[in-house]
Amino acid sequence: MSTAEATAVPPATPGGPAGQLARAPGAVPGWLRLFRSELRLVFRRLRNLALLAVLAALPVLLGIALRLAAPRGDGGGDAGSSFISQLAGNGVFLAFIAITLMIALVLPLAVAVVSGDSVAGEAGLGTLRYLLTVPAGRARLLAAKYAAIVVFGLSACCVVVAASLATGAALFPIGPVTLLSGNTVPLGQGLLRVLFVTLYVAAAMAALGAIGLAVSTFTEHPIGAIAAVLVLAVVSEIADNIPQFGAVHPYLPSHWWLFFDSLLRTPIATSDLLHGLLSFGVYVVIFCSIAWARFTSTDVTA
Amino acid sequence: MSTAGTGTDAGTGAEAAAPGAGAPEAGAGPDAGPRAGPAGPPGLPGPAITTSGLTKRFRGGQLAVDDLGLAVPRGSIYGFLGPNGSGKTTTIRMLLGLVYPTRGRVSLLGEPVPGAAARVLPRVGSLVEGPAFYPYLSGRANLARMDAADRTADPRTAAARIDAALDRVGLLSAAKKRYRAYSLGMKQRLAIATGLLRPRELIILDEPTNGLDPQGTREVRGLIREIATDGVTVLVSSHLLAEVEQICTHVGVMRTGRLVFQGTLDELRGQGSRRVVIRTTQPGEAAATLTALGLADIRSADGEVSAQLADQSPERICRELVLAGVGVAGLDTPRPNLEDLFVGLTGEGFDVDG
Repeated sequence: MSTAEATAVPPATPGGPAGQLARAPGAVPGWLRLFRSELRLVFRRLRNLALLAVLAALPVLLGIALRLAAPRGDGGGDAGSSFISQLAGNGVFLAFIAITLMIALVLPLAVAVVSGDSVAGEAGLGTLRYLLTVPAGRARLLAAKYAAIVVFGLSACCVVVAASLATGAALFPIGPVTLLSGNTVPLGQGLLRVLFVTLYVAAAMAALGAIGLAVSTFTEHPIGAIAAVLVLAVVSEIADNIPQFGAVHPYLPSHWWLFFDSLLRTPIATSDLLHGLLSFGVYVVIFCSIAWARFTSTDVTA
Repeated sequence: MSTAGTGTDAGTGAEAAAPGAGAPEAGAGPDAGPRAGPAGPPGLPGPAITTSGLTKRFRGGQLAVDDLGLAVPRGSIYGFLGPNGSGKTTTIRMLLGLVYPTRGRVSLLGEPVPGAAARVLPRVGSLVEGPAFYPYLSGRANLARMDAADRTADPRTAAARIDAALDRVGLLSAAKKRYRAYSLGMKQRLAIATGLLRPRELIILDEPTNGLDPQGTREVRGLIREIATDGVTVLVSSHLLAEVEQICTHVGVMRTGRLVFQGTLDELRGQGSRRVVIRTTQPGEAAATLTALGLADIRSADGEVSAQLADQSPERICRELVLAGVGVAGLDTPRPNLEDLFVGLTGEGFDVDG
């Protein structure tokens, strides 16, 4: 389709020195082009699409299971999750239930796969040496990689929430949302809170993604990096549940993940949310710095 | 005070002069001015690649490259030779800023690497240690990915440039095929195509024919020749002597991390001494005659006697043999076998089939 303009341009190219191309007016900025290429790589990869499909399927299965269980569990003797009792009244709550369950393992898994693979995968394939001799620029490549990880994490959260809302709407009544604190807000405000929950969890996944990026710069074996990130996330979650480690709990990467439920109360416990966001931000800064320091100073022998 | 002052001045002056005097030998730096390399075409300033004192010691303590002083003239096809493990790939990785040198300097097209890598590498195309691409992407998508990584490339011409590069290596008809399904020769050619995505001044090819069948090897060799006709400098590494002998103007020979020879192919041939080979039915008498002529290193084999020619003329040897009554069935002074010279330089044979 672009053959007309494509064939029109080359005659000018051989004449001028290569350097002049850099300042061609109207060109897509170089950074954006690499970022777009990264996104394409992540989102066209069959494995990553399969991950997103699983993320979309789980809320559907969850919704069906809860729908089947709802009439029987009338007595409320069920493990007493206030989320689940809310669900019977409103399908929007399926989004919160799904996020709560999936943030424990499935969402971190998706982010671990993409972030652990980011640099180690290129090193393993050998494409890293080609990208760097192009030259992509080490810091620039790392920035594009991290941006793609953040976008993938956000997409994963959005997929979970969208699938939950669709399933919830199909299987349960939709209407004004009764919050965990007992008050009822209109549907519009309920959905707005869903959006904030999604963004908060995406920020949590961005922090985990930074850890994955850093781990990924230390190895040529993507599977090793992915496993390491996942183990780290799980260990953090376990440690967070051991009371004797109470002193370090606030510093664990997973500690603030579930604090999104502050958004489901009135008034919203903003200090918890801000603490969480601060923790995520600190993790992003520290681990992106580690990734940068490692990646820009290491020999690429893969 | 004054005497002491002049003394130190003289001392520092002498010290300062020493590296300056040594520089032309080690390969002049970017400031060397108009003095082009000996075989460089006129009008092009400076060599394409120079390194001085280039050394790489890996963390394990292994000394991969030791005090290397490469000088690749502009417009040359430089054969970078050495057995596997002699440090060629590590050197190439240092030239391209992938591996940081422990010591020494690299100058690529007059710019320091890795310092100015971002500025100079767009003018350099490369294939490093075999092709490596995303197996699940097509050949065209793989090139698009590499082009997207180049911040100085014009995205508006990307499609046309990618197709031109594919066409040049003969892969246009397989552009939509996944890289996974490519044959080894096609993979190798796709790697060369990444180097041709835009006009380059220097192409660095690390073992471009490794693992290829004779047909593929010939194709790649033809491609290298064609690239070089545009005045592009080509550095091609190989452990196979036969490959470079046919296409190179210059060679550098590595042995265990050190450069043991650098110069033109003729200079290399000149290093070996020519021999005279006589076919005869009287090897004993022939050997005696050659001894009488003062020739060294006389070897007798079945119906053949050979010796180092040194400064003797073949005509005189033939006459003396005939006068001595030796029946000469044939007399030859073959050019020295490059293979033998290499074995002498590197201390071990080049494996023939990779």
